[in-house]
Amino acid sequence: MSTVKPISPWKATPKDRIRDLLILLATAGATYLLVEFTPLKGKLAYFLLFFALYALATGVLSFLKYGRMTAKDSAVKVIISAGALLTVLPIVSILATIIQKGYKGIKLSIFTNDMSLATPTDPLSNGGLLHAIVGTLLLVSVALVMSVPIGILTALYLTEIKGKFTKPIRFLVQAMSGVPSIVAGLFILSAVIYPITKANSGFMGSLALTILMIPTVARTSEEVLNLIPQDLREAGTALGGTQWRTVAMIVIPAARSGLITAVILGVARIAGETAPLLLLTGGGDRVNGNPFNDPMGSLPFYIWKSFNAGSEEAITRAWAGLLVLVVLVLILFTTARFLSTRKVAR
Amino acid sequence: MTIAPAPREITTRPRRSDRIFRQVVTVGGLSSLAILGLITAFLGYRGFEILWNEGLSFITGADWTVSYDESNNVVDSNFGLGAMLVGTILCAFVAVVIALPISVAMSLFLNFYAPQWLKKILVTVIDMMAAFPSILFGIWGFLVLMPSAEYWGKLINKYLGWIPFFEVNPYIFTRSPFVAGVVLAIMIIPIITSVSREVFSQAPLDRIQAAYALGATRWAMIKAVVIPHGRSGVIGGAMLGLGRAMGETVAVYTVLNIVFQINWHVLLGAGGNVASLIVLRFGEATPYEIKALMAAGLVLFGLTLLVNALADIIIKRTGKSGK
Repeated sequence: MSTVKPISPWKATPKDRIRDLLILLATAGATYLLVEFTPLKGKLAYFLLFFALYALATGVLSFLKYGRMTAKDSAVKVIISAGALLTVLPIVSILATIIQKGYKGIKLSIFTNDMSLATPTDPLSNGGLLHAIVGTLLLVSVALVMSVPIGILTALYLTEIKGKFTKPIRFLVQAMSGVPSIVAGLFILSAVIYPITKANSGFMGSLALTILMIPTVARTSEEVLNLIPQDLREAGTALGGTQWRTVAMIVIPAARSGLITAVILGVARIAGETAPLLLLTGGGDRVNGNPFNDPMGSLPFYIWKSFNAGSEEAITRAWAGLLVLVVLVLILFTTARFLSTRKVAR
Repeated sequence: MTIAPAPREITTRPRRSDRIFRQVVTVGGLSSLAILGLITAFLGYRGFEILWNEGLSFITGADWTVSYDESNNVVDSNFGLGAMLVGTILCAFVAVVIALPISVAMSLFLNFYAPQWLKKILVTVIDMMAAFPSILFGIWGFLVLMPSAEYWGKLINKYLGWIPFFEVNPYIFTRSPFVAGVVLAIMIIPIITSVSREVFSQAPLDRIQAAYALGATRWAMIKAVVIPHGRSGVIGGAMLGLGRAMGETVAVYTVLNIVFQINWHVLLGAGGNVASLIVLRFGEATPYEIKALMAAGLVLFGLTLLVNALADIIIKRTGKSGK
């Protein structure tokens, strides 16, 4: 008696793989020759020619083997992969540039000094970005304290209360996420600085950042709260809990890690926000621990100022500032990812 | 003998704690309405005078000049946002034209071509890109991308220069709306990609399988099932990206050469952007000019709100439609 051996005819055989590799190499070779010996020049020519030729080669091969439909399919596959690659290229370039240019400006001394006795064009050993780091942390913390309650309350309204404003509010939160950051800055300028305080301070920047952070927190929290099974809420009510107790003791603890993710994503959104800070914070060069008084520096402002100063040292400063800022954002982002991939409800 | 306890009152009326809770949450929920309303009110209040004085020429005019006498009184002022509005639309349009095909290709790749492990990595990378600060894109665009983008501009001009849109005269390619558009395109790719990915992943599985069962290739399936289902969602995503591109400030300011002159030639190194205008003029603006900037902010706010609202409506509709 013989058993039937399971076969998987759709899998690529070694022969197929060798053939695919050969096509790839042949295309690369042809691209190189074409760029070398025709007027087509440059990185762009390499990129476009390679994918065009590869699409053509696989297309023709499939056509000979299977027919027209398959030929189109394999050509499209190549084009779509090229599109995907085009998305990744800039991000790789950005990260490579920041690291390559930024590390020159990273010294221990920049984390212990501020710019009160230095100008951006000074040698790098003078001054640092301590004031900017302190400022960004303060601005973000104050914005966090204001926007998290509002954002989570909005999400709770959309998921728990479901009153008659649910639809308009969902719409408005969406609309709010599209408010240009400069408009948020102008609004605080016109509504708070001109009529009331008449002076720039860190708190004004935080107010504008709050406006920008609320929609991110609200929308992410809403998604998280929607994932909490309805059974949990019903169980809470069935045990005699009021709605308030059910939400506070059951729903929110169950959604805790998701809500933290929402907050972190909101922080990542505002940490690098520049435009409103240019209008509102005044951008001091000295470490300032009081958000309500005196100009306050921040990383984006420091980067902006150094970049606009234009000299080589200043631009190195800007890149170093960018490196610090991006590392900060990436740490926040990775933490958010890590928390959100864990199970939401336990 | 035991005495039965008095029956509990049965009511649907919420307890006091619940009433307070519901009120607090409702007030919190209405805050977005309040904030948007206040933004409109305050920008309108500050900018009203200028809007009234300039009338329609605030939108159509291209001059932005104020002159003062010795005691700093305004002698003559001319505030026209036309050049900046044209520039805003031009840059955002270039951005969407470049970003849309790339994003659609990326989201198709993620949903139907990429193996699971690659998909996970790419989704993380794209989300990460969305969290990058805009000043980073601006500086990277200016120092790294500009030389290449300028060269691409020259190529387009060389082969397509006969189309008036791509005309360049005088021969200046640096800091053009095209370069700004490329930078903006990179910034909005994550937004359009994540919306399209979401929409494509909702394509009905039974129809996908039906297409395969009838012998469709992957591309034939995508063309017959996924694209008809996701089309309007992708358009909505593109409009979301358009809104983001219109409101972008720092990245555009860094890259673009701002000139007060209506310029439809996308490759020519002169353009504008309402948001960058505000940053540009704010530093040295007098209280009177600040009012004009507030009015400009109001126009920008209205524009982005409109685009976003349209995007939202279009995206919402996809869930239901899709043949």
